[in-house]
Amino acid sequence: MSKILIRGAKVLGGEPQDVLIDGETIAEIGHGLSAEGAEVVEADGKVLLPGLVDLHTHLREPGREDSETVLTGTRAAASGGYTAVFAMANTFPVADTAGVVEQVYRLGREHGYCDVQPIGAVTVGLEGKQLAELGAMHESAAGVTVFSDDGKCVDDAVIMRRALEYVKAFGGVVAQHAQEPRLTEGAQMNEGVVSAQLGLGGWPAVAEESVIARDVLLAEHVGSRVHICHLSTAGSVEIVRWAKSRGIDVTAEVTPHHLLLTDELVRSYNPVYKVNPPLRTERDVLALREALADGTIDIVATDHAPHPHEDKDCEWAAAAMGMVGLETALSVVQETMIETGLLGWAAVADRMSVKPAEIGGAKGHGRPVSAGEPANLTLVDTAYRGEVDPAGFASRSRNTPYEGRELPGRVTHTWLRGRATLVDGKLA
Amino acid sequence: MQRHLISAADLTRDDAVLILDTAEEMARVADRPIKKLPTLRGRTVVNLFFEDSTRTRISFEAAEKRLSADVINFTAKGSSVSKGESLKDTAQTLEAMGVDAVVIRHGASGAPYRLATSGWIDAAVINAGDGTHQHPTQALLDAFTMRRRLVGRDEGLGQDLAGRRITIVGDILHSRVARSNVDLLHTLGAEVTLVAPPTLVPVGVESWPCEISYDLDSTLAKADAVMMLRVQRERMNAAFFPTEREYSRRYGLDGDRMARMPGHAIVMHPGPMVRGMEITAEVADSDRCTVVEQVANGVSIRMAVLYLLLGGAVFDAKNVPAVTHTRTEEK
Repeated sequence: MSKILIRGAKVLGGEPQDVLIDGETIAEIGHGLSAEGAEVVEADGKVLLPGLVDLHTHLREPGREDSETVLTGTRAAASGGYTAVFAMANTFPVADTAGVVEQVYRLGREHGYCDVQPIGAVTVGLEGKQLAELGAMHESAAGVTVFSDDGKCVDDAVIMRRALEYVKAFGGVVAQHAQEPRLTEGAQMNEGVVSAQLGLGGWPAVAEESVIARDVLLAEHVGSRVHICHLSTAGSVEIVRWAKSRGIDVTAEVTPHHLLLTDELVRSYNPVYKVNPPLRTERDVLALREALADGTIDIVATDHAPHPHEDKDCEWAAAAMGMVGLETALSVVQETMIETGLLGWAAVADRMSVKPAEIGGAKGHGRPVSAGEPANLTLVDTAYRGEVDPAGFASRSRNTPYEGRELPGRVTHTWLRGRATLVDGKLA
Repeated sequence: MQRHLISAADLTRDDAVLILDTAEEMARVADRPIKKLPTLRGRTVVNLFFEDSTRTRISFEAAEKRLSADVINFTAKGSSVSKGESLKDTAQTLEAMGVDAVVIRHGASGAPYRLATSGWIDAAVINAGDGTHQHPTQALLDAFTMRRRLVGRDEGLGQDLAGRRITIVGDILHSRVARSNVDLLHTLGAEVTLVAPPTLVPVGVESWPCEISYDLDSTLAKADAVMMLRVQRERMNAAFFPTEREYSRRYGLDGDRMARMPGHAIVMHPGPMVRGMEITAEVADSDRCTVVEQVANGVSIRMAVLYLLLGGAVFDAKNVPAVTHTRTEEK
């Protein structure tokens, strides 16, 4: 394999340095490194981050290849600066057996744009009744360590308790989609002032918060760790903060859209803003940013949820829930966390690469940008500002809430183990 | 430019008064032996009903026919919609046949708004009730009924409902009628009190321009009009209230309660009534109950709305007042 010299990159936003990649590894970091025998990439003051890791991606394959495939989804990931994604289990068939997770894992390897780490379902068919063969999925070639019924909540307290306990045998973690089902029957948007006016079924904050409260207490009781998916309310932040202060082994994620958008947007009845959990209020948005800054929320995860056009080009109630996010995540984080002064780039690397890799056990990802480490890297033009144009997305789907919105930052290069997957903003 | 009627909140005070005044003129047509105006001759209106609603559809149809429009009725049952056709395709199919206005009733809140703003079609859109969101022509016909009864048929022209006290009782949570009435009555200067068990009041109601009460009796003595909303029996199964009996004891309007209303006060109901639930037969059949008048007034209001919208009026409270001139004489 050849050498690549990234010249003048602000590593984690620091002073410009040269970074030499040799084969699959970072060989050297320093000033004035020799370009001999190396292809040169002029970073020109761009920020170099460890390759981003997404703990929450819907790749839709198998089953909904009309909205995304492992290939298109990993190309979208590479475009957004990701070198590893965790693929959620709510496919058709559900990823509740070793066979399905191995297929998804293998497709990711074959395409080579981004490492794909399948997430296994907690229960058979995501039905919340019977544990799936978690051990078999862990022992399969896919080596599953994260389990989630995402899209549905593991609402039965006994099943949740057993899952939390069971995965301790092999260091697994259960990622909970916290949504009390009875409190969210017919739910269409955040329950509050806007839902009252629009006459849309309410998705109350308490439906999320009550499940998180139960689950952190269960995790404490059985001595397990638990991960909370897409935390969306100020109250949830308070519960997780309390749990961490008690020493409970809980981690939590927030999506980029919950850091930026509010339920006021639903007044347009435009289903691009329909998502689960729903967009909340300004107060929640500010609490989530604060919590991500102080570490109460550990990571940013996209909940990239592709849907075909017809599932959004309709009336609100008929529309699917979800937004694509891989190709805009870093820009939204720059807008909401960097430009507000809440985080620096080193901390963004922590929240979007180091911690998610740690929680999910993604080997070789989320490592320090230093000599001897795997060359999983992302180069970001942080000075860029431009309007989001979904026509340029690598994802098969276009259901972004940011169309036409001006956002900062653009990923120009992504390297997966020293191989460029994105060069000058174009997929390699 | 908005040439639609989607929400009662889109109307300014002057828009609303103009519609009410125009409806009075339209009402005179109904008093004639030949109840027809040539105003919309050659224009086509489709009644696009995705939800069963006999009375609203017939009311619109009567209004359209009295204005000489060509009328197409479309109901979802047994149509291509039941075979999975989308709202967009249905609307575009109808527009391709050349319709000037779409009157839409849909179970999904916001469907008329989507139809009007998504660039799917060019026709004017009139909301005939969407989910639990809005039913603006119902609010207009209610205001029309109130103005006639409380201010007077001729004295009311040009007037709003300033200072009138209106109590609306029942399932506020699931009611598009309540939402539309709160918006419109507030615009017209009335003071609205909503009465319901707390389970049937939406979270977030504090942003509405009205009072909330859980106690019907305390509101009766000062009400100029009491509007009873239908309460569906199925709500009981979702634990919104314990039993029908308890609901009607606490929130139903019977003769005793009606007697405590001021002498001039009226009882209203958008229909269909559930006698014995929210209203007793004694009240429903009394002279003070305007339910049949409301139906007649509905035709006049819908004539006025169709006439004004297809005549180029713009109802957009956020931007401009309606620019139009009233013109109802026959030519």
